[in-house]
Amino acid sequence: MPLLNRKRLCLALGFTAAIALAACSGPTSEAAKSSAMAIKEPDGGTPKRLRLLTADQYLNTLAYVFGPDVSPETRFAPMTRTGGLLSVGTSLGGVTDAQMEQYQKTASAVATQVTNAGNRGTLVPCTPADAKAADPACAATFIAGVGRLLYRQPLTAARSKEFVDEAGEAAVRLKDFYAGLGVALEGMLLSPKVLLVTETSEPDPKNPGRERLDAYSYATRLSLFLWNAAPDDALLKAAESGELNTDQGRAKVVERMLTSPRLEAGMRAFFDDMFAFDDFNNLAKDNSIYPVFTGVTAADAREQTLRTVIDQLITKKKDYRDLFTTRETFISPSLAALYRLPASPGWTPYEFPADSPRVGLLTQVSFLSVHSHPGRSSATLRGKALREILLCQTVPRPPANVDFSAVENPPPNLKTARQRVGAHLSTPVCAGCHKITDPMGLALENFDGAGQYRDQDNGAPIDITGVLDGKEFSTVAQLGTVLHDHPQLPSCLVKRVFSYGTGSLTTAKDKDILAYLDARFAANGYRLPDLLRTIALSRAFSEVAPPPVKTAAAN
Amino acid sequence: MTQMNRRRVLRGMLGGGAVSVGLPLLNCFLNTNGTALADGAKMPVRFGTWFWGLSMTKDIFVPKTFGAGYELPEEIISLKSVQKHINLFTNLTAFRDNAEPMCHYTGWVIGRSGSAPMSANDKPGETLDVTVSNQIGRTTRFKSLTATATGDLRSTVSYENANSPSTPEVSPIAFYQRLFGADFQDPNAPTFTPSPRVMARKSVLSGVMGEIKDLETKVGAEDKARLDQYFTGLRGLERQFDQMLVRPEPIAACVVPNALGKEPPRGGEAMLIAARHKMMTELMVMAVACDQTRVFNMNYSNASSNTTKEGYEKPHHTTTHEEHVDEKLGYQPNCSWFTRRAMESWAYFVEAFTKIPEGDGSLLDNVLIYANTDHGYARTHSYDGMPAFTAGCAGGRVKTGLHVNGAATAGTRVGYTAMRVMGVDIPSWGTKSNNTSKEFGEILV
Repeated sequence: MPLLNRKRLCLALGFTAAIALAACSGPTSEAAKSSAMAIKEPDGGTPKRLRLLTADQYLNTLAYVFGPDVSPETRFAPMTRTGGLLSVGTSLGGVTDAQMEQYQKTASAVATQVTNAGNRGTLVPCTPADAKAADPACAATFIAGVGRLLYRQPLTAARSKEFVDEAGEAAVRLKDFYAGLGVALEGMLLSPKVLLVTETSEPDPKNPGRERLDAYSYATRLSLFLWNAAPDDALLKAAESGELNTDQGRAKVVERMLTSPRLEAGMRAFFDDMFAFDDFNNLAKDNSIYPVFTGVTAADAREQTLRTVIDQLITKKKDYRDLFTTRETFISPSLAALYRLPASPGWTPYEFPADSPRVGLLTQVSFLSVHSHPGRSSATLRGKALREILLCQTVPRPPANVDFSAVENPPPNLKTARQRVGAHLSTPVCAGCHKITDPMGLALENFDGAGQYRDQDNGAPIDITGVLDGKEFSTVAQLGTVLHDHPQLPSCLVKRVFSYGTGSLTTAKDKDILAYLDARFAANGYRLPDLLRTIALSRAFSEVAPPPVKTAAAN
Repeated sequence: MTQMNRRRVLRGMLGGGAVSVGLPLLNCFLNTNGTALADGAKMPVRFGTWFWGLSMTKDIFVPKTFGAGYELPEEIISLKSVQKHINLFTNLTAFRDNAEPMCHYTGWVIGRSGSAPMSANDKPGETLDVTVSNQIGRTTRFKSLTATATGDLRSTVSYENANSPSTPEVSPIAFYQRLFGADFQDPNAPTFTPSPRVMARKSVLSGVMGEIKDLETKVGAEDKARLDQYFTGLRGLERQFDQMLVRPEPIAACVVPNALGKEPPRGGEAMLIAARHKMMTELMVMAVACDQTRVFNMNYSNASSNTTKEGYEKPHHTTTHEEHVDEKLGYQPNCSWFTRRAMESWAYFVEAFTKIPEGDGSLLDNVLIYANTDHGYARTHSYDGMPAFTAGCAGGRVKTGLHVNGAATAGTRVGYTAMRVMGVDIPSWGTKSNNTSKEFGEILV
């Protein structure tokens, strides 16, 4: 691709982690694996969607098209978390007047950056005959190249001409070719074909009477799924050439995407969404209670978990379930203070010793601090998060019009959270939900509301024993193991990844495809890249099902 | 009268290029006293909302008498300075009928949309502020403005429709830039030069709008509605561009605030929220005074208020559940502490509108503000005994200074009354038991 090669090279080199797809061995027995691999892929597709491009997808796309230096400050409206994911909310969300205003301001900032004197030499692939006048030929070259990448398919000749004409008129009005080009670029960046992802379909020649995503829609679905960005030049070429219409071609394309450094950005976006890390955007602790926890700590806690996930699941291709038993992670100076470790500059790999209570993601500061109050821990919030985020279970909302006197400040001789929340469990109206959440949350009471270790609560020893869905534990490491072996842990990931990739809530209709994906995930040793490949190449991902009659929430 | 006259504005001509433009509130429209429009019509009335989470404690919040001249109980003593400008409604009910009860959700959704949500995934339909803005908000630069003092982008009780919450401004610095940054046309600036770039931008929009038609053939009915909304957003941009091309008439009350300094630290501690609320209020009031919008929303705290008190480990919500009722006081003291902070900010908000002169009175005279919350008695999270407020006399259409007994009727009556005052011609509002066609006549002139 001749356009913007230099910038793209910089982008590629900018990724910090090279993806090493090392071979690995899994614990799954060969017999179980061959049995699972024999499960036939079910028929059925997923609905075509109209999705809003997220701010990250927009910025990642701009970074690819124009290079990382073109990076406007912007903030799109948050989506409504639906079925556990913000990304599913993009299939439902609308564009308000205020959001449109934000789109326009961002477009204006991008156009200014792209066409300014410092960047135009690199980002505009031709030089106008007269920089103070219109130059249709040069404008057409720019618009065709950039338009194809932003629109995720070639512009029609008619639309391309309209943009060239608009650039020319604006150049004359403003007496500046580049200003005119900027106005046309602003128009492109306001396009519903850029900011909305409208999936379209065509008859499937292999399955008469049925529809499949057309090649450009499939390419876009793939790219948003795996890279959290619009398709690159090679992927669009695969769509243009027909390569994406063959099984062999798709497999080749998906393999390239899975081995690309851009997979890291894609999976960071997925786990940030699944783990509800948007809660970090507003996380603050009471400085008088937790002086060690600052805004930097919060940002680093989020980063620590994402680094751990990428290292374990993408770089080392480990078993997903091991995230909850691993002692390997990364530490920054601000986190070192909270974990009470020696500080080193920057991010450094670190492995907690075998006798440390820090084991798995549940004991990382991210999970512990987000699911706590600003001034104290919360067994209920932590237990609820474990159930809903990691196991895809639903914890009922608390009832209204309840006399809470039974759970009001307990006598001062009750010092620990276990003693204090005991009242919930002995009060019928509360016990229904709190029995679901509190036992798991209490197992994490060795960590305060900022995620710092403690062995006492108000001077009393902490009892962290409990039961998770019938499996007993007496240490936090054992809780990690029980969670690791919980059958809903991997199936929850499967459900979320599938939903994330297709932009749809999973419903009862997806039972067969989810069972198929569960089996394949298990057979492949719960390796994330294998799961991504299976989904990306599945018929459910590329074939079209009619939309559900009503988009009722399913978890 | 300045260089611009009514005819010039109405014609909306600029340098030979036809410009369709909304009509801002300009001095040239006023009579010589500035008390009414020149044709004798009343000044335009603006509409706002205010929200706080977790309501109140009845025994120290609800006045003992109704009507005028009521004595303020201790939890709302901070309203003294604005008592004459507000109406307090108590003993209102949010009826959930057969819907699932959802703490911190059902109550405010009914108060804002008129209907009980059936589940947590059942988002409110069009809220009353949007209904009003569709009526009166299409002539200003912003159809409406929404801000929150919580710092949380998700903290909103305004919805265009179930899939489109009004994202609030969370940063005073960013809000300032949006209102008074480069795109602001200062009505009192000595010179005015229309931007040719803006004219160029506007011309590109029509092509972009044309793309919607192409997409509409490819999507189902639900998504078509989303495309329609996108189109409406583009029309809104077009309106903004139009207004940027017309010299605004001077507005005496419009004083561009000084640029703000530092962003307040993030966090939900009550003093931080109060500071953020003050900054947002100053900007919002001036946005109204400068006729940048005629509809506005402010959130002091979110539903289920997670406001904290420095050095106190329990957030407001947890406090309502866990704090003892003090035997001597007869209420939960820390819980009430949080409500008192909310009421201080409510008083600040109302008072801010009184400080802007307009005509022979203040901006508040031509404003109606509706304030509500998510529950009744905070300790039990009830749906009955709920309070609400209005502030301002809506251009003389509303009496103020009253404590009104809701008599356990639907709280939607307050919202319905407000919409009727704002000229929304609907025979009733709300569904099932929340449906009402009965205004609170006590407050109507």
